[in-house]
Amino acid sequence: MNLLVLIGAPLLTALAVLVARNKQQVKWISLAGSFLQLGLAIALLLAFRQERAANNTAQMLFEQQYKLFQSLHISFHFGVDGISVAMILLTSFVVVAGVLVSWNVEKMTKEFYFLLLLLGLGAYGFFISLDLFILFFFLEISVIPKYLLIGIWGSGKKEYSANKLALMLMGGSALILVGMLGLYFTAGNSFDIMTLSKATITPETQHILFPLLFVGFGVFTALFPLHTWVPDGHSSAPTAGSMFLAGISMKLGGYGCLRVATYLLPEGAKEYATIIIVLSAIAILYGAFATMMQKDLKYINAYSSVSHVGFSLLGIGMLTQTAITGALMQMVSHGVMTALFFAVIGMIYDRTHTRMVADMGGLMKQMPFISTVFFIVGLCSLGLPGLSGFVAEMTVFVGSWQNADAFHRVATLAAAMSIVVTAVYILRAIGRTVMGPNTNEAHLVLKDANWNEKLAAILLVAGILAIGIAPGWLNDLLRPAAEVIMNRITGQ
Amino acid sequence: MNELLTLMKSELVLTGIIFLLLFIKIGKGMKNETLLPLVQVLLLVNFIFGFVLNKEGRLFGDMFYTTSLIAFQKNILNLGVYLISLLCTDWLKKTPHLPEFFLLLLSALLGMFFMISSANLLIFYLSLELASIPVAAMANFDLDKKRSAEGAMKMILSSAFSSGILLFGISLVYGSTGTISLPEIAGRLDGSTLQVLAFIFFFAAFAFKLSIVPFHLWTADVYEGSPIATTAFLSVISKGSVAFIFMTMLYRVFQPLLDTWYPMLVILSIATMVIGNLFALRQQNIKRFLAFSSIAQVGFILVAVSSNDHMGSTAVIYFVLVYIFSNLAAFGVASVIAEQTGKERIDDFKGFYKTNPFLSWILALALFSLAGVPPTAGFFGKLFLLTAGGARAAYWFITVAALNMIISLYYYLRVVRAMFMDKNDTPIEPLKISAPVRLGMIICGAGIILTGLLSWIYDYIHSL
Repeated sequence: MNLLVLIGAPLLTALAVLVARNKQQVKWISLAGSFLQLGLAIALLLAFRQERAANNTAQMLFEQQYKLFQSLHISFHFGVDGISVAMILLTSFVVVAGVLVSWNVEKMTKEFYFLLLLLGLGAYGFFISLDLFILFFFLEISVIPKYLLIGIWGSGKKEYSANKLALMLMGGSALILVGMLGLYFTAGNSFDIMTLSKATITPETQHILFPLLFVGFGVFTALFPLHTWVPDGHSSAPTAGSMFLAGISMKLGGYGCLRVATYLLPEGAKEYATIIIVLSAIAILYGAFATMMQKDLKYINAYSSVSHVGFSLLGIGMLTQTAITGALMQMVSHGVMTALFFAVIGMIYDRTHTRMVADMGGLMKQMPFISTVFFIVGLCSLGLPGLSGFVAEMTVFVGSWQNADAFHRVATLAAAMSIVVTAVYILRAIGRTVMGPNTNEAHLVLKDANWNEKLAAILLVAGILAIGIAPGWLNDLLRPAAEVIMNRITGQ
Repeated sequence: MNELLTLMKSELVLTGIIFLLLFIKIGKGMKNETLLPLVQVLLLVNFIFGFVLNKEGRLFGDMFYTTSLIAFQKNILNLGVYLISLLCTDWLKKTPHLPEFFLLLLSALLGMFFMISSANLLIFYLSLELASIPVAAMANFDLDKKRSAEGAMKMILSSAFSSGILLFGISLVYGSTGTISLPEIAGRLDGSTLQVLAFIFFFAAFAFKLSIVPFHLWTADVYEGSPIATTAFLSVISKGSVAFIFMTMLYRVFQPLLDTWYPMLVILSIATMVIGNLFALRQQNIKRFLAFSSIAQVGFILVAVSSNDHMGSTAVIYFVLVYIFSNLAAFGVASVIAEQTGKERIDDFKGFYKTNPFLSWILALALFSLAGVPPTAGFFGKLFLLTAGGARAAYWFITVAALNMIISLYYYLRVVRAMFMDKNDTPIEPLKISAPVRLGMIICGAGIILTGLLSWIYDYIHSL
């Protein structure tokens, strides 16, 4: 399969949107384009499994290389392993759902969809790049869409949030840039991840470069204490913007932490693993407790995202194969779950025009579909067996427990405790809004979800169930790739 | 004779255009409406002609030389001048002395051409003067505005001062090496105190022209007072040409003094980036804003200059090309607004997107490119500058530069935010965009997007 189609499809869709004549055309073109992307992602999954079943054990499949900027040894090199395939699949699900839930955006519709598709394009490009320069290009390409989506279509203190997000992410990029150039010059003038993974980099250099790259990508994935853009950014963004930010963009950071920082600089990872574990354990607990105090549904999910994403970083810091697999599963699972969470919050807000938990109650009667989905996603968030959250978090815990010393065990226990807190805030929020008596008469006339919202929700719920009930396929994708990374760490 | 024609063809074509304008001026004269398109066509021809018949060689007893790299640099400057003539159409049409304006502008450009090609301190000094004095007159072209005259005065004084310093440096160089031929100087430099002193004077003169901190004080006032066409010329063409010759001087001539100039360059580069950025944060006038942002950009250019190798010079030339598209697009939009409404404050841009989507997108693209955000070419430009700077393993230096990119993003976003997000009850009315301006903006927009994505452009510059 030619991976270029994964960039080509969103690019063509975005360009087609630009020349569309009216809002209806814009929406339908975007929807068709995003379904095409979903189809391509599924085709990629099948092709990948087929190759693996045929005993193709190459680390990267479908590799291609086009020379760019030859004098600097940069090339458009791409290929996928199990991690990339899983992330691409996640992206395509979120893109379709994001397009569907934005159906009633009336303000500057064309620009909105164009930027949304550009954001998706950046993620696809990022996940297939095997050249640091190109990877960085695709990471940065999302800055403009994010900034404008929040600033123009957002709500609340949107200008502040947009600025904060753009600047903090730019700060992360600056660190990545320096780390990347450090790698380039120490490992013989190459940005190619495959070449760099074979280069010998002294432990001293690794100890300098690892924090730059890890913290840089960490900003994107809410590494404590650099997570502060997350609550503001997510809650100010329009519904689809929040879905993309939490569902896709934060995963770029986690993927970078693993693929670039940990994989290329294993000595650095070992050196700083303790700090990563401490920071992510703090993020998990702090995020969970901070969520308890929130009254706004979007803030609830934003802070709980900080907590949930902490599990990914915790898994990476634990440096065992199972924990890293769990971290990757958590990325995929959280991506689908949080996208659905924001979608449902958006649907509720569109109808009730409030996101305050206290202003709502008993929505189940008027909106049975939305309320049920809300319930499912809440249960997934608190880790109910059978849904994706449980599988991912459990894998992280099992992997973490494999480290037998007291420090790792204490950190694992502390992280596991957060599940109790999660249950408290999730059940409270859902109970207040969906159950009980209706507290607002104006809410008695509200209508349930439209076809587009139903379709988006069903797609994402299907994703949650597919991971939750039959996690084997995801495990098959991620575990061999995690093993490659693990082998680098253990030095085999 | 034949050699003279081919090696100096850029200069000769330019001189031809200058004489043509002169004859038009002293003859019957022409209306601006007919003269301006003629000039634009001539400049386009001049630009296209730059790509043919390029030969390498030396003239006048090795005082003048040209290579394919120098020819390319001249093409970049030609392109910039052509774009200015398109983008500032609104102002140019109104100015009562159009032929004089282009006479001065093209004379300055001619000076820059000779400056880039000079292989001798004498010719270098003469051409530098030719490149700066007409610009001071151009700064005074808004004849009814006091600020314009003030800007011109500041320009001519600081220019004269820096020329004096340069001459002093030249005399010291001559005194200590006994030659004014650039290739010979390089062989006779041994790092004595006198030569270091001479070099410092040289450096100071260049710093004035490039507005490197602490020699930047004239910049903002001159930029603000001058008509936008002059400001654009100063900030892009003039800066670019001086950056080219500055690199040649450092790499070819003062190479033996590397240990002296490298730390100077690093310190001044950091000072320039930081101070340019910090001052840009607080500006309200769009021209002053772009002035300080251009100071900061020079700081980034110095990062690459410090690399002292081919990678650095390639990165600088590439960046100047990108910078011409980005900065001229920004000045073009500012010019359209200023000419039709008289507004120059950033606050006036609030709600601009509602009424002028095309101009807003062009300005936003330009600003994102200046900030170095992909997919614009500015991203590649900035990244290559920093990559070149990193080649000497000065990681803390490029870290400072990378952090400065964050500050600069903040103030570029201020303008974007005003245009796209802030509400305004009385936004600027929909503006008329004449055909040449639109053409210029489309060229700039295409340049901003394509220069980066078409990677062979960088490779081509590298191969020169």
